[in-house]
Amino acid sequence: MSGITYSEIKEEFLKNKIGLIGIGILASLVILSGIAVITIPIDTFKQWNNPNHWISYPKTSLPAWTNYLTAEKIPEHIIMENPITVSQEDTISVTSHQFNVNFVYDDFPNDFIYEFTTEYSGSPLLQISIIRPDQSKILLLSTSLPYSETINVHHERFFSADNIIKKNAQIQLAKINSESYGILGEEIIFADNDGHVLKGNYLFLVNLYGVEEYVKILDSKLILGGKTFGIMGTDELRRDLAVGLLWGTPLALFIGITVAVGSVIMGLIYGVYAGFKGKKTDDALMRFNDVIYALPALPFLIILAVTISNSIFLMVGFLLIFSWVGIAKVSRSMALQIKTRQYVEASKVMGQTNSKIIFKHIIPQLLPYTFASIAISVPAAITTEAGLSFLGLGDPTFPTWGQILHDANTYGAAARGLWWWIIPPGIAIAITGLAFVFIGNALDTIVNPKLKK
Amino acid sequence: MFGVLLVTLLLTIMLVGSNMDTILKQGIAYQVRLEITENPGIAESFASIKEFESFVQDQIDQRTEALGLDNPWYSPQRIGLTMYKILILDFGNATFLTSDSGSSNVGDILLEKIPRTVLLFTTATIIISVIGIFLGSLSGSKVGSALDRITASFAVISSSFPVWWIGMLMIFLFAFTYQIFPARATPSILPTESGYILALLYHMALPLITIVLIGFGAWAYLVRNFMVGVMQEDFITAKKTIGIDKSKIIYKHALKNAAAPIITILALSLSGSLGGAIITEAVFDWPGMGRLYFEAISVMDLPIIIGATYVLTVLFLISIFTADLLYGYFDPRVKTL
Repeated sequence: MSGITYSEIKEEFLKNKIGLIGIGILASLVILSGIAVITIPIDTFKQWNNPNHWISYPKTSLPAWTNYLTAEKIPEHIIMENPITVSQEDTISVTSHQFNVNFVYDDFPNDFIYEFTTEYSGSPLLQISIIRPDQSKILLLSTSLPYSETINVHHERFFSADNIIKKNAQIQLAKINSESYGILGEEIIFADNDGHVLKGNYLFLVNLYGVEEYVKILDSKLILGGKTFGIMGTDELRRDLAVGLLWGTPLALFIGITVAVGSVIMGLIYGVYAGFKGKKTDDALMRFNDVIYALPALPFLIILAVTISNSIFLMVGFLLIFSWVGIAKVSRSMALQIKTRQYVEASKVMGQTNSKIIFKHIIPQLLPYTFASIAISVPAAITTEAGLSFLGLGDPTFPTWGQILHDANTYGAAARGLWWWIIPPGIAIAITGLAFVFIGNALDTIVNPKLKK
Repeated sequence: MFGVLLVTLLLTIMLVGSNMDTILKQGIAYQVRLEITENPGIAESFASIKEFESFVQDQIDQRTEALGLDNPWYSPQRIGLTMYKILILDFGNATFLTSDSGSSNVGDILLEKIPRTVLLFTTATIIISVIGIFLGSLSGSKVGSALDRITASFAVISSSFPVWWIGMLMIFLFAFTYQIFPARATPSILPTESGYILALLYHMALPLITIVLIGFGAWAYLVRNFMVGVMQEDFITAKKTIGIDKSKIIYKHALKNAAAPIITILALSLSGSLGGAIITEAVFDWPGMGRLYFEAISVMDLPIIIGATYVLTVLFLISIFTADLLYGYFDPRVKTL
């Protein structure tokens, strides 16, 4: 503990390649968190567990960039919001929305959803039909909207998984082809005579017929569910994983850094106080330290999370309880050495208060060591929190990386080969951990001359 | 030592006690009402609804008292009784979970699960330490060589991945993509059938490989650091100048001197891995203590939670204690006992 000045530490650190890599990774993580906070509205992440919010996203779809790697073109997610509108006013009024899509992919779409909001009175008739590239026209759905005397607003969604759509498609395609292929609605509709994908222009026609009644379509949207979406793909609950991963970054940094800083400060003050006071105080404090050290941490964390609360802020507190122990031990032994230095004895003789000696003379000497131990204890906090979340004990309102992996495990991602759901969160955890390990090791070699070769 | 054990148990009881009481009381109320609906005769024999309600309440109170639940869980006699029972190793009966053979005695359940956890994690720790010591002493004797660098970087990288995540990847790769190992670690045949041990070992392979893969790097790095320290000592230089075979110096003389810290860490890592068993066993579905603990927590099975915490704490304390003793044995300078 021969007084290293901060400029010396800085100078040495700048020479340390690994430390700089660590700083680089950390900086990019911080920038990522910044991007997350700025670009993704905080609302989105509050909606993480709300299935309604994600309904227009595709289900378990690959990241979009996988299309560049494979020869086969996997269908992308297409959302069509601006249809061609054709209206005819007569005794029977027709409002027709037409969605034109050029489907050139080698695989069937995941599903399709038609979502609309209309304003009407009476009971208008809704017909959805599709004109395929081979010019065959299939009437998918013909239904009348619920009767209403006054003008009301109606919102509804039709899914390709609806039985009626599937049946209609099957029956009408059976007239054209000798047999129909596929089990799912979208597979039947998009298949050619051999059961392959029929490429070309598809025209979705949505007609709303009203008889001398007021009918108006306010909003109309056709979603052709793809099998690829975004940078990171989506999960079983249609959630955009990129959002979850991006939001996980500030959360992981928050948990890691708060726990590390908190526990190091707690341990430092506790240990230094014990070492400085000595005798019976030291004995008693260290005995207590031993008790906490001997408690099995993970089982207790689990019990605490189950019985008290799994809020992320309380979780940070629980992690703090178990993580200050080691640092207290080390800083006590360091305080024991520093205490015997002459300037400490001198200030004692001069009648300075204990707290002043501890905070002004002893702790500043330990600070370089403190920085190193803060950096080193961050990864443990992040992994522990991720582990608890993985067991399903995390805070469900926040999409942490552990949470994403928990969902992946629940929906059997490993068994179904959904690699994009498993690999990125784990790598994110590891990279964040590595950044702090790099910085910590670099600092450690500087402040602990023993480790130098 | 013993004090720590008691403190741990007391904390556990304090944390889960009140929840457990609520669950038990609800259970009693449910049971009483169920009995009455099964015998319509009881309900018919009452004149008014009020009378009937008071009868039901009486029944509930009687049973609550019989079980000692009328005192709050923090009353001295209940905590005292619980602690006393634990001390004489009577954990009572589990509320919900049972052992594979159908017994709901906590002692039976624990005895069934402990060997499996010990089997998996002790085997893993032994393999890790053998590879680690070998690799560590090899790279420690050649500081700066390619092997040394690879070991160091592997240690840092492998230790920053969570074991359970690697576990998921391994299941993904070797159980589903290439179907080499089974995905669930619980054997599909019953423990009573012959060949159960073999099936268990086969199912153990994937978790074992994962734990070893994640663990040995950090081990090798630690051993390497100790070895570097020892190799700089004068007596090693002296032996080198005499011309003793290098591998003999490394494995016989240097390693012996680095033994004390290595064995301490061995004992500590063994107990540490037992704590980590909860998540690892959950991923691989290994039917050991960790999974039992997790299941017990999720259904709030108090007797099992207490029993399992007891066993985990005892194992943890024993390993800390042995680590201390062994350190004193290998390095007489620090003998404290």
